[in-house]
Amino acid sequence: MLKISTTPHLQSSVDTRRIMLDVVIALLPAALAAVLFFGFNALVVMAASVAACVFFEYAACRFWFKSGNTTRDFSAVITGLLLAFNLPSSMPVGMIVLGAFMAIVVAKLCYGGLGKNIFNPALIGRVFLFISFPVQMTQWPKPAFLKFFDTDVQTAATTLGIIKHMDAATSATVAGGKLPSYYDMFVGNVGGCIGEVSALALLLGLAYLLWRRVITWHIPFYYAGTVFVITGVLWLATGDIRYDPLTHLLSGGLLLGAVFMATDYTTSPMTLKGQVLYAVLCGMLTVVIRLYSAYPEGVSFAILIMNAFVPLIDKYVHGRVFGQGR
Amino acid sequence: MNNLKTFSMGGIHPDKYKITTASLIIDAGLPETVYIPVKQHIGAPAKILVQKGDKVKVGTLLADSDGVVSADVHSSVSGEVLKVEALESGSGYLENMITIKVEGDDFEPSIDRSEDISREIPYTPEQIVQKLREAGIVGMGGAGYPTPIKTSLPEGKKADCLIVNGIECEPFLTADDRLMIEKAEQIVIGAKIINKALGIQNAVIAVDENKPQAIEALSKITRTYVGVNVQTCATKYPQGGEKQLIAAVAKREVPSGRLPIDVGCIVQNVGTVFAIYEAVMKNKPLFERILTVSGDACRHPANYRVRVGTPVSYLIEKSGGLSEETAQVVLGGPMMGSSVTNINAPVTKLTSGVLMLSDKLAHKGDETDCIRCGKCAMACPMGLEPFLIARLMRAGQTEDLRGAHVLDCIECGCCAYTCPARVPLLDYCKLAKIELKKKK
Repeated sequence: MLKISTTPHLQSSVDTRRIMLDVVIALLPAALAAVLFFGFNALVVMAASVAACVFFEYAACRFWFKSGNTTRDFSAVITGLLLAFNLPSSMPVGMIVLGAFMAIVVAKLCYGGLGKNIFNPALIGRVFLFISFPVQMTQWPKPAFLKFFDTDVQTAATTLGIIKHMDAATSATVAGGKLPSYYDMFVGNVGGCIGEVSALALLLGLAYLLWRRVITWHIPFYYAGTVFVITGVLWLATGDIRYDPLTHLLSGGLLLGAVFMATDYTTSPMTLKGQVLYAVLCGMLTVVIRLYSAYPEGVSFAILIMNAFVPLIDKYVHGRVFGQGR
Repeated sequence: MNNLKTFSMGGIHPDKYKITTASLIIDAGLPETVYIPVKQHIGAPAKILVQKGDKVKVGTLLADSDGVVSADVHSSVSGEVLKVEALESGSGYLENMITIKVEGDDFEPSIDRSEDISREIPYTPEQIVQKLREAGIVGMGGAGYPTPIKTSLPEGKKADCLIVNGIECEPFLTADDRLMIEKAEQIVIGAKIINKALGIQNAVIAVDENKPQAIEALSKITRTYVGVNVQTCATKYPQGGEKQLIAAVAKREVPSGRLPIDVGCIVQNVGTVFAIYEAVMKNKPLFERILTVSGDACRHPANYRVRVGTPVSYLIEKSGGLSEETAQVVLGGPMMGSSVTNINAPVTKLTSGVLMLSDKLAHKGDETDCIRCGKCAMACPMGLEPFLIARLMRAGQTEDLRGAHVLDCIECGCCAYTCPARVPLLDYCKLAKIELKKKK
């Protein structure tokens, strides 16, 4: 018996699961960097977060929403890894589980699951923890390269934390020496959330995502580029080291956010034009929060705020239609 | 080598599966019976001139074009008319067909069957158009638009660019490729004939990059013909779409709802151009065509010269029969061709291929929720937003469809091909078009 179906009869081999798997693969270099710099604790944070996210996805779908098992699409693993990447290595497991609940159940499944949530689930989890447990969320164990079980760690300030506490009058000269070197920031030998420290690892992930065509270069480029350009202009105008564009590019969650969070399909605009607008606005918000708010870091807030504007962008920003004039 | 041209908006790169590129065109031979539909074109069905018991020859006029937008239909075999009745066609609809029992292979004496190439075009533009009309030539790329209309300029329009469409961007199909390799000079002369009819000086034969033999064969010939050039295009689907090809080759954009002639371009498929050559220079009506029988479940893939009206089942038998793995039989390419269950349906002037596809290849994954990746909008060669059209259709917001430019959809299937959530986006676009046309 012959089957009959509508066109096209061929389909790309890349389905949702494959895409999500690719994102997980792209996150692995940063996960490895986290373990190299923060040791066993980073492994615990990641394992707890991923396990909790997958568990909540499974349990909530099965017992509460009575929908199908969606854990097989790997999206909960991504949320788990991203949430972990946004936490310090000393984060207590109980709090991580709470954050995972907020991310998966409240921010994602309550909205209807994958594809329907308005806000990035991992960022909701992070910001919830950040507001609820500000002490634990701002203690940054000092990175200790290849010291796997070194539990006797000191704490260290993050690069952006140092900048925030610089004296406006003296920063250009006195405090400058305290900032980590570009090299340390690039490889990840700085204090911070476990997944954000290594620019090198994140760029490897970006290269993989681009090669697999999971994302295009637009959002990461325009987001990071906007931050770089604005801080660069301020730096050139004032000479103030707090505005150093390269430091801003390599520090905090900018690369993690620009490569993995702002590019989240569901919570970013659909068209290229919309994506560029969204990324530029994310960059501007990030700079404003970093430089002029009480918080040293602004990536998660910037992305969440822009998430709220995505439906509006999708409604009004469209690409050119063929044959409709330029 | 000239630089590769292509269209800038959207497009995809499906696997090529061009397994029959090296297979010479072979004659499919004669089936016992042929079923010739009287409508193998866009427009009005032709008026039937024969009845049961009539003896016909190869090339005998069976049905006369009814009005301007219509086309003559000729017999593809010699023999006796058995029946004139409505039968199930490849599309699944009942269509009037003339059933002819094949007896021998007698050609109408007016047809020049010699293999010599006639190079001089002794006819006036009017005579050329008349000959095309009498030969029942239609666009063989798939649309089936009557060619005589396309070779006479409408009042007040000017054409300065003839593009011969040698892009065969559908996977599996190699019929056009083989035709260009084996009949390069006839195609070039065919292009000159169209140019003469339209008063155009230059013609461009556009071939995509993955057909090096065809490019070489054509380039060798065009050296001796002034005004005909070969242009290599990048291999990308749907490069063979009329609007995409014009955008690539002439850098012009056909405005929404308009025709190529509105930007001074005429596009003709290579198969049509070859048929034009044969009609004008050899007095040969369009009663046979080249097609590819292929597919991952096909035992002996090949390129055949097939008489119009030949049952698809005859070609399947010739290619090793219906294998067990065959889940679908598709007429045309796998992107835009239609799947059929009635394999006794006849080959028409427009059938570019017969594909036997396995369930593994043609399987459609289960639909899951849209993940808003935007890949469909990125892939759409018309710059549409298929996800939006699907959403509007689901929500029943049909009044907003016009703003989504649904009518510009060329139904290439890039959106549905690329969708990772397996949403049948093209189905929604087609339904949306029907909704809009209802409202008119």
